[in-house]
Amino acid sequence: METILSIKNLHKRYGYVHAVNNVSLEIQKGNVYGILGPNGSGKSTTLGIVLNVVNKTSGEFSWFDGKMDTHEALKKVGAIIERPNFYPYMTAKENLELVCKIKGINYSKVQEKLELVGLMERKDSKFRTFSLGMKQRLAIASALLNDPEILILDEPTNGLDPQGIHQIRDIIKFIASQGTTILLASHLLDEVEKVCSHVLVLRKGQILYSGRVDGITSNEGFFELASEDNLTLKNVVSQHPAVEKIVDENSKILVYLNNNLSATDLNRYLFERNITLNHLVKKKNSLEEQFLELTKNHPSNN
Amino acid sequence: MKRLLSIELQKIWKNRASRVLTLTYFILLTFIALIAAIKFDIGNFKVHFAEMGIFNFPYIWHFNTYVASILKFFLAIVIVSMMANEYSYGTLKQNLIDGMSKKEIVLSKFLTVILFAFVSTVFIFLMSLILGLSFSSYTEFGIIFSDLEYLLAYFIKLVGFFSFCLFLGILVKRSAFAIGFLFVWFIIESILIGILNYKIFPDNDYDQNFTQFLPLESMSNLIVEPGSRLSVVQNMGTQIGIANTKDYDVHFTTILIVLVWISIFMFLSYKLLKKRDL
Repeated sequence: METILSIKNLHKRYGYVHAVNNVSLEIQKGNVYGILGPNGSGKSTTLGIVLNVVNKTSGEFSWFDGKMDTHEALKKVGAIIERPNFYPYMTAKENLELVCKIKGINYSKVQEKLELVGLMERKDSKFRTFSLGMKQRLAIASALLNDPEILILDEPTNGLDPQGIHQIRDIIKFIASQGTTILLASHLLDEVEKVCSHVLVLRKGQILYSGRVDGITSNEGFFELASEDNLTLKNVVSQHPAVEKIVDENSKILVYLNNNLSATDLNRYLFERNITLNHLVKKKNSLEEQFLELTKNHPSNN
Repeated sequence: MKRLLSIELQKIWKNRASRVLTLTYFILLTFIALIAAIKFDIGNFKVHFAEMGIFNFPYIWHFNTYVASILKFFLAIVIVSMMANEYSYGTLKQNLIDGMSKKEIVLSKFLTVILFAFVSTVFIFLMSLILGLSFSSYTEFGIIFSDLEYLLAYFIKLVGFFSFCLFLGILVKRSAFAIGFLFVWFIIESILIGILNYKIFPDNDYDQNFTQFLPLESMSNLIVEPGSRLSVVQNMGTQIGIANTKDYDVHFTTILIVLVWISIFMFLSYKLLKKRDL
Protein backbone atom coordinates (compact mmCIF):
# COMPACT_ATOMS: atom_id res chain seq x y z
CA MET A 1 0.00 0.00 0.00
CA GLU A 2 1.16 3.50 -0.85
CA THR A 3 1.82 5.83 2.07
CA ILE A 4 0.72 9.39 1.41
CA LEU A 5 1.60 11.03 4.69
CA SER A 6 3.55 9.73 7.62
CA ILE A 7 3.81 11.62 10.91
CA LYS A 8 6.20 10.47 13.61
CA ASN A 9 6.32 11.72 17.22
CA LEU A 10 5.21 15.21 16.35
CA HIS A 11 5.33 17.87 19.07
CA LYS A 12 4.28 21.49 19.08
CA ARG A 13 4.57 23.83 22.04
CA TYR A 14 3.19 27.35 22.26
CA GLY A 15 4.95 28.59 25.36
CA TYR A 16 3.49 26.55 28.19
CA VAL A 17 0.83 24.95 26.05
CA HIS A 18 1.70 21.59 24.63
CA ALA A 19 -0.64 21.78 21.65
CA VAL A 20 0.50 18.61 19.92
CA ASN A 21 2.02 15.88 22.07
CA ASN A 22 3.70 12.92 20.41
CA VAL A 23 1.28 12.42 17.55
CA SER A 24 2.07 9.70 15.03
CA LEU A 25 -0.04 8.78 12.04
CA GLU A 26 0.25 6.93 8.76
CA ILE A 27 -2.08 7.76 5.93
CA GLN A 28 -2.50 5.12 3.25
CA LYS A 29 -3.89 5.72 -0.17
CA GLY A 30 -7.61 5.18 -0.63
CA ASN A 31 -8.78 5.38 3.00
CA VAL A 32 -10.88 8.06 4.61
CA TYR A 33 -9.39 9.26 7.89
CA GLY A 34 -10.98 11.29 10.62
CA ILE A 35 -9.24 13.32 13.28
CA LEU A 36 -11.61 13.68 16.16
CA GLY A 37 -11.31 15.84 19.20
CA PRO A 38 -12.90 18.66 21.10
CA ASN A 39 -12.03 22.25 20.27
CA GLY A 40 -8.44 23.03 21.15
CA SER A 41 -7.30 19.42 21.07
CA GLY A 42 -4.57 20.03 18.50
CA LYS A 43 -6.35 18.96 15.31
CA SER A 44 -5.78 22.16 13.39
CA THR A 45 -2.25 22.55 14.69
CA THR A 46 -1.35 19.05 13.50
CA LEU A 47 -2.78 19.81 10.07
CA GLY A 48 -1.10 23.23 10.08
CA ILE A 49 2.28 21.57 10.61
CA VAL A 50 1.98 19.12 7.75
CA LEU A 51 0.60 21.92 5.54
CA ASN A 52 3.69 24.10 6.04
CA VAL A 53 1.99 26.97 7.90
CA VAL A 54 2.93 26.06 11.47
CA ASN A 55 6.48 25.20 12.54
CA LYS A 56 6.87 21.96 14.46
CA THR A 57 8.77 21.91 17.75
CA SER A 58 10.10 18.41 17.20
CA GLY A 59 9.25 15.22 15.38
CA GLU A 60 9.07 14.22 11.75
CA PHE A 61 6.60 14.15 8.94
CA SER A 62 7.03 13.25 5.32
CA TRP A 63 4.80 13.39 2.28
CA PHE A 64 4.77 10.63 -0.33
CA ASP A 65 7.59 8.67 1.37
CA GLY A 66 9.73 11.79 1.55
CA LYS A 67 10.29 11.85 -2.20
CA MET A 68 9.80 15.63 -2.45
CA ASP A 69 9.90 18.90 -0.52
CA THR A 70 6.84 19.78 1.51
CA HIS A 71 5.83 22.68 -0.71
CA GLU A 72 6.21 20.56 -3.86
CA ALA A 73 4.15 17.80 -2.24
CA LEU A 74 1.44 20.29 -1.31
CA LYS A 75 0.84 20.93 -5.00
CA LYS A 76 -0.56 17.38 -5.11
CA VAL A 77 -2.66 17.94 -2.01
CA GLY A 78 -5.97 19.74 -1.69
CA ALA A 79 -6.63 21.36 1.66
CA ILE A 80 -9.20 23.52 3.34
CA ILE A 81 -8.51 24.90 6.77
CA GLU A 82 -10.93 26.54 9.18
CA ARG A 83 -12.36 29.33 7.04
CA PRO A 84 -12.10 29.89 3.29
CA ASN A 85 -9.30 32.32 2.42
CA PHE A 86 -9.53 34.00 -0.95
CA TYR A 87 -8.97 37.45 -2.41
CA PRO A 88 -12.27 39.26 -1.79
CA TYR A 89 -11.85 41.56 -4.78
CA MET A 90 -11.43 38.75 -7.30
CA THR A 91 -14.23 36.68 -8.81
CA ALA A 92 -14.62 32.98 -8.10
CA LYS A 93 -13.08 32.15 -11.47
CA GLU A 94 -10.12 34.51 -11.01
CA ASN A 95 -9.41 33.11 -7.55
CA LEU A 96 -9.34 29.58 -8.92
CA GLU A 97 -7.10 30.66 -11.79
CA LEU A 98 -4.67 32.12 -9.28
CA VAL A 99 -4.59 28.79 -7.45
CA CYS A 100 -3.87 27.11 -10.81
CA LYS A 101 -0.88 29.42 -11.28
CA ILE A 102 0.42 28.59 -7.81
CA LYS A 103 0.03 24.87 -8.35
CA GLY A 104 1.51 25.16 -11.81
CA ILE A 105 -1.41 23.62 -13.70
CA ASN A 106 -3.49 24.96 -16.58
CA TYR A 107 -6.96 26.45 -16.25
CA SER A 108 -8.78 23.50 -17.84
CA LYS A 109 -10.23 22.20 -14.57
CA VAL A 110 -11.66 25.50 -13.32
CA GLN A 111 -14.97 25.08 -15.14
CA GLU A 112 -15.39 21.43 -14.15
CA LYS A 113 -14.76 22.03 -10.44
CA LEU A 114 -17.06 25.05 -10.31
CA GLU A 115 -19.77 22.83 -11.77
CA LEU A 116 -19.04 20.08 -9.23
CA VAL A 117 -19.70 22.42 -6.30
CA GLY A 118 -22.61 24.17 -8.04
CA LEU A 119 -21.10 27.63 -8.38
CA MET A 120 -21.15 27.85 -12.17
CA GLU A 121 -23.73 30.61 -12.37
CA ARG A 122 -21.82 32.71 -9.80
CA LYS A 123 -18.38 32.28 -11.34
CA ASP A 124 -18.08 35.95 -12.26
CA SER A 125 -19.25 37.29 -8.90
CA LYS A 126 -16.69 38.74 -6.56
CA PHE A 127 -15.71 36.48 -3.66
CA ARG A 128 -16.77 39.06 -1.06
CA THR A 129 -20.40 38.80 -2.24
CA PHE A 130 -20.56 35.08 -1.40
CA SER A 131 -22.41 33.52 1.52
CA LEU A 132 -20.39 31.35 3.91
CA GLY A 133 -21.75 28.18 2.33
CA MET A 134 -20.71 29.37 -1.13
CA LYS A 135 -17.29 30.39 0.14
CA GLN A 136 -16.81 26.94 1.63
CA ARG A 137 -17.90 25.29 -1.63
CA LEU A 138 -15.47 27.48 -3.57
CA ALA A 139 -12.76 26.34 -1.15
CA ILE A 140 -13.60 22.73 -1.96
CA ALA A 141 -13.49 23.48 -5.69
CA SER A 142 -10.10 25.09 -5.19
CA ALA A 143 -8.81 22.11 -3.21
CA LEU A 144 -9.93 19.77 -5.98
CA LEU A 145 -8.42 21.74 -8.87
CA ASN A 146 -5.38 19.51 -9.19
CA ASP A 147 -7.33 16.26 -8.69
CA PRO A 148 -5.35 15.80 -5.48
CA GLU A 149 -3.95 12.57 -4.11
CA ILE A 150 -5.40 13.53 -0.76
CA LEU A 151 -8.02 16.00 0.33
CA ILE A 152 -7.57 17.54 3.78
CA LEU A 153 -10.62 19.13 5.35
CA ASP A 154 -10.55 20.95 8.65
CA GLU A 155 -14.02 21.49 10.10
CA PRO A 156 -15.58 21.84 6.64
CA THR A 157 -19.11 22.30 7.95
CA ASN A 158 -18.28 24.69 10.75
CA GLY A 159 -20.72 27.58 10.94
CA LEU A 160 -22.90 26.45 8.05
CA ASP A 161 -26.69 26.18 8.11
CA PRO A 162 -28.25 22.70 7.85
CA GLN A 163 -28.66 23.03 4.11
CA GLY A 164 -25.04 24.08 3.70
CA ILE A 165 -23.87 21.21 5.90
CA HIS A 166 -25.89 18.81 3.78
CA GLN A 167 -24.41 20.15 0.53
CA ILE A 168 -20.85 19.92 1.82
CA ARG A 169 -21.39 16.37 3.10
CA ASP A 170 -22.83 15.27 -0.22
CA ILE A 171 -19.78 16.66 -1.99
CA ILE A 172 -17.43 14.92 0.46
CA LYS A 173 -19.25 11.60 0.07
CA PHE A 174 -19.10 11.95 -3.69
CA ILE A 175 -15.36 12.63 -3.58
CA ALA A 176 -14.79 9.73 -1.20
CA SER A 177 -16.74 7.43 -3.53
CA GLN A 178 -14.28 8.29 -6.31
CA GLY A 179 -11.47 6.75 -4.30
CA THR A 180 -9.77 9.97 -3.21
CA THR A 181 -7.96 9.71 0.11
CA ILE A 182 -9.52 12.10 2.63
CA LEU A 183 -8.36 13.40 5.97
CA LEU A 184 -11.20 15.03 7.83
CA ALA A 185 -10.77 16.89 11.10
CA SER A 186 -13.92 17.54 13.03
CA HIS A 187 -15.46 17.77 16.43
CA LEU A 188 -18.73 16.50 14.99
CA LEU A 189 -18.77 12.81 15.69
CA ASP A 190 -21.57 11.73 13.44
CA GLU A 191 -19.77 13.45 10.59
CA VAL A 192 -16.68 11.33 11.14
CA GLU A 193 -18.71 8.18 11.80
CA LYS A 194 -20.63 8.59 8.55
CA VAL A 195 -17.70 9.25 6.26
CA CYS A 196 -14.53 7.82 7.74
CA SER A 197 -13.03 4.35 7.80
CA HIS A 198 -10.17 5.23 10.18
CA VAL A 199 -10.11 7.58 13.12
CA LEU A 200 -7.60 9.32 15.32
CA VAL A 201 -8.97 10.63 18.60
CA LEU A 202 -7.06 13.54 20.10
CA ARG A 203 -7.39 15.25 23.43
CA LYS A 204 -5.09 17.98 24.67
CA GLY A 205 -2.69 17.16 21.88
CA GLN A 206 -2.39 13.46 22.74
CA ILE A 207 -3.63 10.44 20.84
CA LEU A 208 -6.31 8.52 22.73
CA TYR A 209 -7.22 6.15 19.96
CA SER A 210 -5.92 5.43 16.51
CA GLY A 211 -7.41 2.77 14.27
CA ARG A 212 -10.49 1.72 12.38
CA VAL A 213 -13.83 3.34 13.19
CA ASP A 214 -15.54 -0.03 13.70
CA GLY A 215 -12.64 -0.97 15.98
CA ILE A 216 -13.48 1.83 18.34
CA THR A 217 -17.18 1.00 18.37
CA SER A 218 -17.15 -2.82 18.40
CA ASN A 219 -14.73 -4.18 20.93
CA GLU A 220 -16.68 -3.02 23.94
CA GLY A 221 -20.32 -3.66 23.21
CA PHE A 222 -22.92 -4.15 25.94
CA PHE A 223 -26.08 -6.22 26.58
CA GLU A 224 -29.50 -5.11 27.63
CA LEU A 225 -31.12 -7.91 29.60
CA ALA A 226 -34.36 -8.46 31.43
CA SER A 227 -36.05 -11.48 33.00
CA GLU A 228 -38.83 -12.08 35.48
CA ASP A 229 -36.35 -12.14 38.32
CA ASN A 230 -33.74 -9.51 37.69
CA LEU A 231 -32.03 -10.03 41.06
CA THR A 232 -31.07 -13.65 40.35
CA LEU A 233 -30.17 -12.64 36.81
CA LYS A 234 -27.73 -10.09 38.12
CA ASN A 235 -26.15 -12.59 40.46
CA VAL A 236 -25.65 -15.16 37.77
CA VAL A 237 -24.43 -12.77 35.12
CA SER A 238 -21.90 -11.19 37.45
CA GLN A 239 -20.16 -14.58 37.71
CA HIS A 240 -19.45 -14.68 33.97
CA PRO A 241 -15.74 -13.99 33.29
CA ALA A 242 -16.40 -11.65 30.35
CA VAL A 243 -18.49 -9.27 32.39
CA GLU A 244 -16.94 -5.97 33.38
CA LYS A 245 -19.78 -4.29 35.27
CA ILE A 246 -23.52 -4.32 35.65
CA VAL A 247 -25.75 -1.28 35.75
CA ASP A 248 -29.45 -1.16 36.64
CA GLU A 249 -31.61 0.76 34.26
CA ASN A 250 -35.33 0.79 35.09
CA SER A 251 -36.61 -2.74 34.52
CA LYS A 252 -33.53 -3.80 32.57
CA ILE A 253 -29.94 -4.42 33.45
CA LEU A 254 -27.04 -3.26 31.31
CA VAL A 255 -24.10 -5.63 31.14
CA TYR A 256 -20.76 -4.17 30.06
CA LEU A 257 -18.12 -6.55 28.76
CA ASN A 258 -14.39 -6.65 28.98
CA ASN A 259 -14.16 -9.40 26.38
CA ASN A 260 -16.00 -10.31 23.27
CA LEU A 261 -19.10 -12.32 24.04
CA SER A 262 -21.80 -13.19 21.55
CA ALA A 263 -25.50 -13.02 22.36
CA THR A 264 -25.83 -16.74 21.64
CA ASP A 265 -23.14 -17.66 24.15
CA LEU A 266 -24.61 -15.47 26.84
CA ASN A 267 -28.09 -16.83 26.24
CA ARG A 268 -26.85 -20.41 26.43
CA TYR A 269 -24.87 -19.66 29.58
CA LEU A 270 -27.92 -18.20 31.32
CA PHE A 271 -30.29 -20.92 30.12
CA GLU A 272 -27.95 -23.59 31.46
CA ARG A 273 -28.30 -21.86 34.83
CA ASN A 274 -32.09 -21.91 34.62
CA ILE A 275 -32.66 -18.33 33.70
CA THR A 276 -34.95 -17.45 30.85
CA LEU A 277 -34.75 -13.99 29.43
CA ASN A 278 -37.61 -11.95 28.14
CA HIS A 279 -35.32 -9.32 26.69
CA LEU A 280 -31.87 -9.65 25.14
CA VAL A 281 -30.27 -7.03 22.96
CA LYS A 282 -26.61 -6.57 22.14
CA LYS A 283 -25.82 -2.94 21.62
CA LYS A 284 -22.79 -1.06 20.48
CA ASN A 285 -21.82 2.30 21.79
CA SER A 286 -22.19 4.95 19.15
CA LEU A 287 -19.00 6.79 18.34
CA GLU A 288 -20.26 9.67 20.42
CA GLU A 289 -20.76 7.58 23.56
CA GLN A 290 -17.46 5.86 22.87
CA PHE A 291 -15.71 9.19 22.42
CA LEU A 292 -17.04 10.53 25.70
CA GLU A 293 -16.03 7.28 27.37
CA LEU A 294 -12.52 7.57 25.92
CA THR A 295 -11.95 11.18 26.84
CA LYS A 296 -13.31 10.54 30.34
CA ASN A 297 -11.01 7.57 31.00
CA HIS A 298 -7.87 9.54 30.31
CA PRO A 299 -7.14 12.00 33.03
CA SER A 300 -5.36 15.11 31.94
CA ASN A 301 -1.60 15.15 32.21
CA ASN A 302 -1.35 18.88 32.33
CA MET B 1 10.21 33.60 -12.29
CA LYS B 2 7.50 34.33 -14.86
CA ARG B 3 5.07 32.26 -12.83
CA LEU B 4 5.82 34.17 -9.60
CA LEU B 5 5.48 37.55 -11.32
CA SER B 6 2.24 36.60 -13.00
CA ILE B 7 0.83 35.50 -9.62
CA GLU B 8 1.76 38.81 -7.97
CA LEU B 9 0.65 41.00 -10.85
CA GLN B 10 -2.76 39.33 -10.88
CA LYS B 11 -3.11 40.05 -7.16
CA ILE B 12 -2.21 43.71 -7.66
CA TRP B 13 -3.98 44.40 -10.92
CA LYS B 14 -7.33 42.90 -9.86
CA ASN B 15 -7.34 45.08 -6.76
CA ARG B 16 -8.94 48.36 -7.65
CA ALA B 17 -7.11 50.47 -5.04
CA SER B 18 -3.71 49.13 -6.13
CA ARG B 19 -4.57 49.56 -9.80
CA VAL B 20 -5.66 53.17 -9.31
CA LEU B 21 -2.54 54.00 -7.28
CA THR B 22 -0.22 52.41 -9.84
CA LEU B 23 -1.87 54.28 -12.70
CA THR B 24 -1.84 57.54 -10.74
CA TYR B 25 1.86 57.05 -10.10
CA PHE B 26 2.72 56.73 -13.79
CA ILE B 27 0.41 59.57 -14.79
CA LEU B 28 2.04 61.82 -12.18
CA LEU B 29 5.46 60.83 -13.51
CA THR B 30 4.49 62.20 -16.91
CA PHE B 31 3.46 65.43 -15.20
CA ILE B 32 7.15 66.16 -14.66
CA ALA B 33 7.07 67.10 -18.31
CA LEU B 34 4.56 69.80 -17.47
CA ILE B 35 7.24 71.65 -15.52
CA ALA B 36 8.41 72.66 -18.98
CA ALA B 37 5.23 74.64 -19.37
CA ILE B 38 5.70 76.61 -16.14
CA LYS B 39 6.22 80.17 -17.18
CA PHE B 40 5.44 83.26 -15.20
CA ASP B 41 6.53 86.87 -15.22
CA ILE B 42 6.96 89.02 -12.15
CA GLY B 43 7.56 92.45 -13.57
CA ASN B 44 10.94 92.29 -15.26
CA PHE B 45 11.78 88.98 -13.63
CA LYS B 46 10.81 86.22 -16.06
CA VAL B 47 10.67 82.65 -14.89
CA HIS B 48 10.50 79.93 -17.47
CA PHE B 49 11.76 76.64 -16.11
CA ALA B 50 12.40 75.07 -19.48
CA GLU B 51 14.72 77.92 -20.36
CA MET B 52 16.55 77.89 -17.03
CA GLY B 53 18.42 74.83 -18.13
CA ILE B 54 16.70 72.17 -16.06
CA PHE B 55 16.15 70.15 -19.21
CA ASN B 56 19.73 70.41 -20.38
CA PHE B 57 21.64 67.18 -20.84
CA PRO B 58 23.16 65.74 -18.70
CA TYR B 59 21.63 67.75 -15.84
CA ILE B 60 18.17 66.47 -16.78
CA TRP B 61 19.07 62.94 -15.62
CA HIS B 62 19.84 64.30 -12.20
CA PHE B 63 16.82 66.60 -12.01
CA ASN B 64 14.21 64.15 -13.30
CA THR B 65 15.34 61.18 -11.22
CA TYR B 66 15.31 63.39 -8.13
CA VAL B 67 11.82 64.75 -8.76
CA ALA B 68 10.48 61.34 -9.82
CA SER B 69 11.73 59.67 -6.65
CA ILE B 70 9.46 61.94 -4.58
CA LEU B 71 6.49 60.17 -6.16
CA LYS B 72 7.67 56.77 -4.93
CA PHE B 73 5.25 57.00 -2.00
CA PHE B 74 2.37 56.06 -4.28
CA LEU B 75 3.97 52.75 -5.11
CA ALA B 76 5.11 52.33 -1.52
CA ILE B 77 1.45 52.13 -0.49
CA VAL B 78 0.84 49.49 -3.15
CA ILE B 79 3.84 47.46 -1.97
CA VAL B 80 2.95 47.67 1.71
CA SER B 81 -0.65 46.68 1.14
CA MET B 82 0.37 43.92 -1.25
CA MET B 83 2.10 42.25 1.70
CA ALA B 84 -0.20 43.31 4.53
CA ASN B 85 -3.33 42.22 2.65
CA GLU B 86 -2.01 38.69 2.44
CA TYR B 87 -2.13 38.63 6.22
CA SER B 88 -5.51 40.28 6.63
CA TYR B 89 -7.21 38.13 3.96
CA GLY B 90 -5.55 34.98 5.31
CA THR B 91 -4.36 34.29 1.78
CA LEU B 92 -0.73 33.95 2.84
CA LYS B 93 -1.76 30.80 4.66
CA GLN B 94 -3.77 29.64 1.66
CA ASN B 95 -0.87 30.30 -0.77
CA LEU B 96 1.41 28.19 1.41
CA ILE B 97 -1.14 25.40 1.58
CA ASP B 98 -1.62 25.54 -2.17
CA GLY B 99 2.06 24.79 -2.57
CA MET B 100 4.09 28.00 -2.58
CA SER B 101 7.16 27.86 -0.40
CA LYS B 102 7.97 30.71 1.97
CA LYS B 103 11.02 31.43 -0.14
CA GLU B 104 8.86 31.74 -3.24
CA ILE B 105 6.55 34.15 -1.45
CA VAL B 106 9.37 36.52 -0.51
CA LEU B 107 10.91 36.07 -3.95
CA SER B 108 7.67 36.83 -5.77
CA LYS B 109 7.22 40.04 -3.76
CA PHE B 110 10.83 41.05 -4.33
CA LEU B 111 10.56 40.41 -8.06
CA THR B 112 7.52 42.68 -8.11
CA VAL B 113 9.55 45.37 -6.33
CA ILE B 114 12.32 45.03 -8.93
CA LEU B 115 9.80 45.13 -11.75
CA PHE B 116 8.17 48.31 -10.42
CA ALA B 117 11.56 49.96 -9.97
CA PHE B 118 12.72 48.84 -13.40
CA VAL B 119 9.59 50.03 -15.21
CA SER B 120 9.85 53.39 -13.38
CA THR B 121 13.48 53.72 -14.43
CA VAL B 122 12.76 52.91 -18.08
CA PHE B 123 9.82 55.29 -17.97
CA ILE B 124 11.95 58.13 -16.58
CA PHE B 125 14.71 57.36 -19.06
CA LEU B 126 12.38 57.64 -22.06
CA MET B 127 10.61 60.71 -20.72
CA SER B 128 13.84 62.53 -19.92
CA LEU B 129 15.21 61.62 -23.32
CA ILE B 130 12.17 63.12 -25.07
CA LEU B 131 12.12 66.21 -22.83
CA GLY B 132 15.85 66.68 -23.25
CA LEU B 133 15.76 66.34 -26.99
CA SER B 134 13.01 68.97 -27.12
CA PHE B 135 14.49 71.52 -24.71
CA SER B 136 18.18 70.85 -24.14
CA SER B 137 20.73 73.30 -25.44
CA TYR B 138 23.19 70.47 -26.03
CA THR B 139 22.17 67.46 -28.07
CA GLU B 140 25.52 65.88 -28.84
CA PHE B 141 25.46 62.13 -28.44
CA GLY B 142 28.29 62.11 -25.91
CA ILE B 143 26.59 64.66 -23.69
CA ILE B 144 23.17 63.06 -23.85
CA PHE B 145 24.47 59.77 -22.57
CA SER B 146 26.75 61.09 -19.88
CA ASP B 147 25.85 61.01 -16.19
CA LEU B 148 23.57 58.01 -16.70
CA GLU B 149 24.60 56.75 -13.25
CA TYR B 150 21.70 58.83 -11.90
CA LEU B 151 19.35 56.32 -13.51
CA LEU B 152 21.16 53.47 -11.78
CA ALA B 153 20.99 55.37 -8.50
CA TYR B 154 17.28 55.96 -9.07
CA PHE B 155 16.69 52.27 -9.69
CA ILE B 156 18.65 51.26 -6.57
CA LYS B 157 16.87 53.93 -4.55
CA LEU B 158 13.45 52.61 -5.53
CA VAL B 159 14.39 48.97 -4.91
CA GLY B 160 15.81 49.94 -1.53
CA PHE B 161 12.81 51.95 -0.47
CA PHE B 162 10.30 49.34 -1.65
CA SER B 163 12.26 46.56 0.05
CA PHE B 164 12.01 48.51 3.28
CA CYS B 165 8.24 48.85 2.73
CA LEU B 166 7.94 45.15 1.99
CA PHE B 167 9.79 44.26 5.16
CA LEU B 168 7.58 46.60 7.20
CA GLY B 169 4.49 45.03 5.61
CA ILE B 170 5.64 41.59 6.79
CA LEU B 171 6.75 42.86 10.19
CA VAL B 172 3.63 44.88 11.05
CA LYS B 173 1.05 42.92 8.99
CA ARG B 174 -1.29 45.93 8.67
CA SER B 175 -0.96 48.46 5.83
CA ALA B 176 -1.85 51.55 7.80
CA PHE B 177 0.39 50.69 10.73
CA ALA B 178 3.27 49.77 8.42
CA ILE B 179 3.06 53.16 6.70
CA GLY B 180 2.82 54.81 10.09
CA PHE B 181 5.88 52.89 11.20
CA LEU B 182 7.73 54.09 8.09
CA PHE B 183 6.90 57.67 9.02
CA VAL B 184 7.96 57.16 12.64
CA TRP B 185 11.21 55.63 11.41
CA PHE B 186 11.81 58.67 9.22
CA ILE B 187 11.31 60.95 12.22
CA ILE B 188 13.65 58.85 14.36
CA GLU B 189 16.35 59.08 11.70
CA SER B 190 15.85 62.83 11.34
CA ILE B 191 16.12 63.39 15.09
CA LEU B 192 19.21 61.21 15.27
CA ILE B 193 20.85 63.09 12.41
CA GLY B 194 19.85 66.40 13.96
CA ILE B 195 21.32 65.53 17.37
CA LEU B 196 24.56 64.22 15.87
CA ASN B 197 24.91 67.17 13.54
CA TYR B 198 24.11 70.04 15.89
CA LYS B 199 24.86 68.73 19.38
CA ILE B 200 27.56 66.11 19.26
CA PHE B 201 29.66 67.14 16.25
CA PRO B 202 28.61 70.76 15.66
CA ASP B 203 31.92 71.87 14.11
CA ASN B 204 32.76 69.07 11.73
CA ASP B 205 31.25 66.39 9.51
CA TYR B 206 32.12 63.33 11.56
CA ASP B 207 28.42 62.64 12.09
CA GLN B 208 28.05 61.83 8.41
CA ASN B 209 30.44 58.92 8.83
CA PHE B 210 27.73 57.38 10.93
CA THR B 211 24.48 58.72 9.49
CA GLN B 212 25.33 57.68 5.94
CA PHE B 213 24.66 54.11 7.08
CA LEU B 214 21.05 54.74 8.17
CA PRO B 215 18.61 53.11 5.74
CA LEU B 216 16.48 56.09 4.69
CA GLU B 217 19.43 58.50 4.84
CA SER B 218 21.57 56.28 2.64
CA MET B 219 18.74 56.05 0.10
CA SER B 220 18.32 59.82 0.05
CA ASN B 221 22.12 60.25 -0.30
CA LEU B 222 21.97 58.35 -3.58
CA ILE B 223 20.62 61.35 -5.44
CA VAL B 224 21.57 64.71 -3.89
CA GLU B 225 19.10 67.54 -4.38
CA PRO B 226 19.74 69.11 -7.79
CA GLY B 227 18.30 72.58 -7.18
CA SER B 228 21.48 74.31 -6.04
CA ARG B 229 23.40 72.86 -8.98
CA LEU B 230 21.44 74.90 -11.47
CA SER B 231 23.57 77.57 -13.08
CA VAL B 232 20.99 80.25 -12.29
CA VAL B 233 21.05 79.36 -8.61
CA GLN B 234 24.83 79.03 -8.56
CA ASN B 235 25.22 82.43 -10.13
CA MET B 236 23.04 83.92 -7.44
CA GLY B 237 25.14 82.12 -4.85
CA THR B 238 28.42 83.51 -6.15
CA GLN B 239 26.92 86.97 -6.32
CA ILE B 240 26.10 86.94 -2.63
CA GLY B 241 29.40 85.29 -1.86
CA ILE B 242 28.63 81.64 -1.11
CA ALA B 243 30.93 79.30 -2.91
CA ASN B 244 29.22 76.03 -3.72
CA THR B 245 31.41 73.06 -2.98
CA LYS B 246 28.65 70.51 -2.79
CA ASP B 247 29.30 67.09 -4.22
CA TYR B 248 26.50 66.01 -6.54
CA ASP B 249 27.95 62.76 -7.81
CA VAL B 250 26.52 59.34 -7.30
CA HIS B 251 28.94 57.47 -5.08
CA PHE B 252 29.71 53.81 -5.29
CA THR B 253 29.88 53.48 -1.49
CA THR B 254 26.34 54.85 -1.15
CA ILE B 255 25.09 52.34 -3.71
CA LEU B 256 26.87 49.60 -1.79
CA ILE B 257 25.30 50.68 1.51
CA VAL B 258 21.81 50.61 -0.02
CA LEU B 259 22.49 47.24 -1.64
CA VAL B 260 23.46 45.88 1.79
CA TRP B 261 20.23 47.26 3.25
CA ILE B 262 18.23 45.59 0.48
CA SER B 263 19.83 42.23 1.31
CA ILE B 264 19.20 42.75 5.02
CA PHE B 265 15.53 43.60 4.47
CA MET B 266 14.97 40.61 2.21
CA PHE B 267 16.84 38.26 4.51
CA LEU B 268 14.89 39.47 7.55
CA SER B 269 11.60 39.22 5.66
CA TYR B 270 12.35 35.61 4.85
CA LYS B 271 13.48 34.78 8.38
CA LEU B 272 10.42 36.43 9.87
CA LEU B 273 8.08 34.57 7.55
CA LYS B 274 9.83 31.30 8.26
CA LYS B 275 9.74 31.71 12.01
CA ARG B 276 6.11 32.76 12.29
CA ASP B 277 3.22 30.38 12.77
CA LEU B 278 0.21 31.40 10.76
